[in-house]
Amino acid sequence: MKKITIIALATLTLLGGLLLGAKMIQIKGSDTMVNLVQILAEEYMGQKPGAAIAVLGGGSGTGITGLINQTCDVATHSREWKPKEIDQAWEKGVSPKFFVVAVDGLSVVVNEKNPIEQLTMAQVGALYRGEVKNWKALGGESKAVSLYGRQSNSGTYVFMQEFVLGNKNYSTDMKEMNGNAQIIEGILQDEGAVGYVGVGYLYDENRQIRKGLKVLKISKEPNGTGYLPTDKAAVDSGNYPISRPLFMATNGKPKGVAAEFLQWIVGPEGQAVVEREGFFTVGEGKYKAGNDKNFK
Amino acid sequence: MRKKRRSGLKESAIKAFFFTSGILAVLVLLGIFLTLVATSFPAFREIKLGEFFLNTRWDPTSPEKAEYGLLSMIMSTLMVTAGALVLAVPIGIGVAAYLSDVAHWRVREILKPVVEILAGIPSVVVGFIGIVLFGPAIAKVFHIGNGLNALNGSILLAIMALPTIISISEDSLNAVPRAYSEASLALGASRWQTLVRVKLPAGLSGIIAAVMLGMGRAIGETMTVLMATGNARSFPHGFLEAVRTMTANIAIELGEVPYYTTHYYALFAIGLVLFVMTFAVNLIADVVLNKYQEREQ
Repeated sequence: MKKITIIALATLTLLGGLLLGAKMIQIKGSDTMVNLVQILAEEYMGQKPGAAIAVLGGGSGTGITGLINQTCDVATHSREWKPKEIDQAWEKGVSPKFFVVAVDGLSVVVNEKNPIEQLTMAQVGALYRGEVKNWKALGGESKAVSLYGRQSNSGTYVFMQEFVLGNKNYSTDMKEMNGNAQIIEGILQDEGAVGYVGVGYLYDENRQIRKGLKVLKISKEPNGTGYLPTDKAAVDSGNYPISRPLFMATNGKPKGVAAEFLQWIVGPEGQAVVEREGFFTVGEGKYKAGNDKNFK
Repeated sequence: MRKKRRSGLKESAIKAFFFTSGILAVLVLLGIFLTLVATSFPAFREIKLGEFFLNTRWDPTSPEKAEYGLLSMIMSTLMVTAGALVLAVPIGIGVAAYLSDVAHWRVREILKPVVEILAGIPSVVVGFIGIVLFGPAIAKVFHIGNGLNALNGSILLAIMALPTIISISEDSLNAVPRAYSEASLALGASRWQTLVRVKLPAGLSGIIAAVMLGMGRAIGETMTVLMATGNARSFPHGFLEAVRTMTANIAIELGEVPYYTTHYYALFAIGLVLFVMTFAVNLIADVVLNKYQEREQ
């Protein structure tokens, strides 16, 4: 009897969800963007009481697969689509349109007790390929390197592999965490740790870098000047070497609530939220031009 | 006459209903098994069986060369499960013996439901406890950087397997006929001697079945190990290293894998290996349990 009640209740909630879902837009994907998009959605829904937006994380790969299989209306992703994914989308009659909604300075972070201040791109790559096992080799204390990274469904995982590891394999010793927040938690406890997270995850609620974390300066060349991912000028100019656009994608030209929401995000109000959450604005350059083209 | 026929009809309808319910369970099991076999089979058009079971490197999304070696994950699963059993079996049997032989009936009335509630804690909550409580504790005790490793997973799985082990062991100890312990006590044996030399051996098959069922639970558990073991893909060399179990790997990769690719089929092949493992464990538990029930009758 109890079981029947439970099943009945579950079916009812499911049906209720489906009925409500008819008006609600589903956004799924990047874990790096999930907090940002959640806050954007809340502010937007506060202004437009009729709109209903649900935001889920799960990783860029999950969001992209979701858009291809049409289980979500908007995919968020922190890497570009692979050619294979675009082919798959076309096969299923999905024609993705991409919008850059923010810019991220992908941050390399260590525990505050680690004396290292700056690394080159090549050194970060060597760390994550597993070629450097001890911080001593990079001028630090003699302490084993403990790698924290994301899982293969993460856009950040793929972006790092392409741009920092030079398309080589990750070390199999890397601990593969569920999300940015888990990487931060790991680094706060682990003195030998190094991890990579979206710049928005560096801050606490008072917009200060979280206590116990140290954000590394990254330089392009050995002996080059290092820059911090929190430095807007360095990220905008490209001096900070691992910045990247953060995307939202829709199936075809966005319509209805999704279109209005996207317009709002790339508009002044949405971009103010982006800045407040620690990420960087889209600006007036090529990203804006691409967005405008895809809205039309 | 008519009344009789109607009741006969009713009877056969009820019979048919229960028969269908019973057969449905078998059909579902068979269906799952066949789906797994059918979906994992295409994986082996590209992956050699030898590579699948003997290579230690799993990296299907590698930009260099996709590799499908399951050995590290099989090893991780076995390690975490074995660790869980080492912790849970002595404690579980101890608690069961305490409940059946030592505890006052009032204490038992409270403790037994509490143990059963333990089984209802969602695995994601157990995993969370692993991250915030056991992780830092392990790091401190062993002077290592972090506590996301096989030991953490073992402790959590032990907690999750305990209710099964305690509950079924206690039932089997209670099922030992009173005459056994009465005879033992009458011969002058102490209560401890009676418990260890008479009741435990008499209830052994039930206890073995309890352990096997607890083991089945530990092998198949996903969320907890996914959260607490660090998920590194390297071959584990000790309990203080991060490991990735088969279940965690499926959970991590199935969400984004492109459908109908070798990687997709390979994940189902891992599922099949897991299914066969848990099936074997449960089957053995069932056979042992049946034997013991037959003997008691």
